[in-house]
Amino acid sequence: MAFSKKHILGLGDLSAEEINIILDTAESMKEISTRNVKKVPTLKGKTVVNLFFEPSTRTRSSFEIAEKRLSADVLNFSVSQSSVVKGESLLDTARNFEAMGASIVVVRHGMSGAPFVLAREINASVINAGDGAHEHPSQALIDIFTIREKKGRIEGLNVLIVGDILNSRVARSNIFGLRKLGAKVRVVGPATIVPKYFSEMGAEIFYSLEHAIDNVDVVIMLRVQNERKTLEYFPSLREYSGLYGLTKEKLELAKKDTIVMHPGPINRGVELTSEIADDPHAVILEQVANGIAVRMAMIYLVALGESL
Amino acid sequence: MATKKKTQPLKNKVESFFSKIVDDIPSDKLSSLIVIGIKTRGEHLGKRLVARISERKGKDVTFGTIDITLYRDDFENRKNWPQLGRTSIPNNVQGKNIILVDDVLYTGRTVRAAINSIMDYGRPASIKLAVLVDRGGRELPVQPDYLGISIKTLDDEMVNVYLEEVDGREEIEIIQKNGV
Repeated sequence: MAFSKKHILGLGDLSAEEINIILDTAESMKEISTRNVKKVPTLKGKTVVNLFFEPSTRTRSSFEIAEKRLSADVLNFSVSQSSVVKGESLLDTARNFEAMGASIVVVRHGMSGAPFVLAREINASVINAGDGAHEHPSQALIDIFTIREKKGRIEGLNVLIVGDILNSRVARSNIFGLRKLGAKVRVVGPATIVPKYFSEMGAEIFYSLEHAIDNVDVVIMLRVQNERKTLEYFPSLREYSGLYGLTKEKLELAKKDTIVMHPGPINRGVELTSEIADDPHAVILEQVANGIAVRMAMIYLVALGESL
Repeated sequence: MATKKKTQPLKNKVESFFSKIVDDIPSDKLSSLIVIGIKTRGEHLGKRLVARISERKGKDVTFGTIDITLYRDDFENRKNWPQLGRTSIPNNVQGKNIILVDDVLYTGRTVRAAINSIMDYGRPASIKLAVLVDRGGRELPVQPDYLGISIKTLDDEMVNVYLEEVDGREEIEIIQKNGV
């Protein structure tokens, strides 16, 4: 098989072919969640550890369900109840889990690049569940999977990403992946959080949502990340949602069949109105459901790779 | 690697294989029957069988396909696993009579995996096994209920069935791999 990566660290270092293998595998995995017994025996006896150095409910739960549906044994580690507060380093923590038999480590960390350090230093396979403002490959793969499912293709589509581009690992991963698969990507937001250098990644830069949304097939709304100080980059939340919040009126400027996505958790009335969140154009809960299948595919494929 | 190849045509052997199966199905069991083909060639044989049943019995029966990859027992050999395919089995297998169809029966491990997979959808009343070619070499206690052709082979031989839908020809190919 053409997928021989031991780790999945970001879409920046996956080829278009590898991304397509993950998406195709996820498509087959999706059926498992419709069965009576939502479980396959593939990773029986293998141990996966979820190392979360940042708070997360949905990503960690989604990984955990995915691991359990593949019959892996699952260990969860979150920073609040951990030895990190006692001063243990990331590497030492990971090595301890490795010593307990973990063969796949799913890691989320506030520092960009942390999963890359782990991948270099430990024997287990590493899956990046979000590193700083760098990459969030599983979320981008879910977004791309959902777009492909809804639109039947990626190539040639116009995809708009709205909001805090600067601090968003979801945006970076999506731009890498979507560009590799041949979509056109636009980004829009306040100039303070939409840096010019994103054009070097192949994104077209806009500052007006009304202009940017013209003729797009997909709108990806990013969360206003208070914990990453998004709010320091513009005068007020009210101004932000007035200019960049998605409303019914603004969505009408896009195509008739445009889909609206959001990685969650949504702030109703900030990034989008309640009306949009509950609109049939919005596929936000489908993203969540697809998340399990995509993460099953990621875990399965790295398990087929080098280690274990 | 030197290889020796011999082929034999399938001709009407596929049709007589189907006839045996159709003759054996009581008409009152048709509504509880599900034909499940094991990917890839078994899926195409299964589709043909469903067509024969509906031609001869005048009734459509349910059809499903199964990819056994996630149920394989050779994790250590995983680098040679194929790209995962789609499984599509109706969720109401409870109490149903299933005919499992594959092209070649060898070790019996694929059939074991398929049975385990089906059980995750419910508890069927029965599962019968239909294979076009039995090449011997069983490693598990699995025997076919319906058989097309039985051939004698050696362990270092590979048996491939080629079907019109996938390969544009209908024949059995036996490849001898020397020194493997």
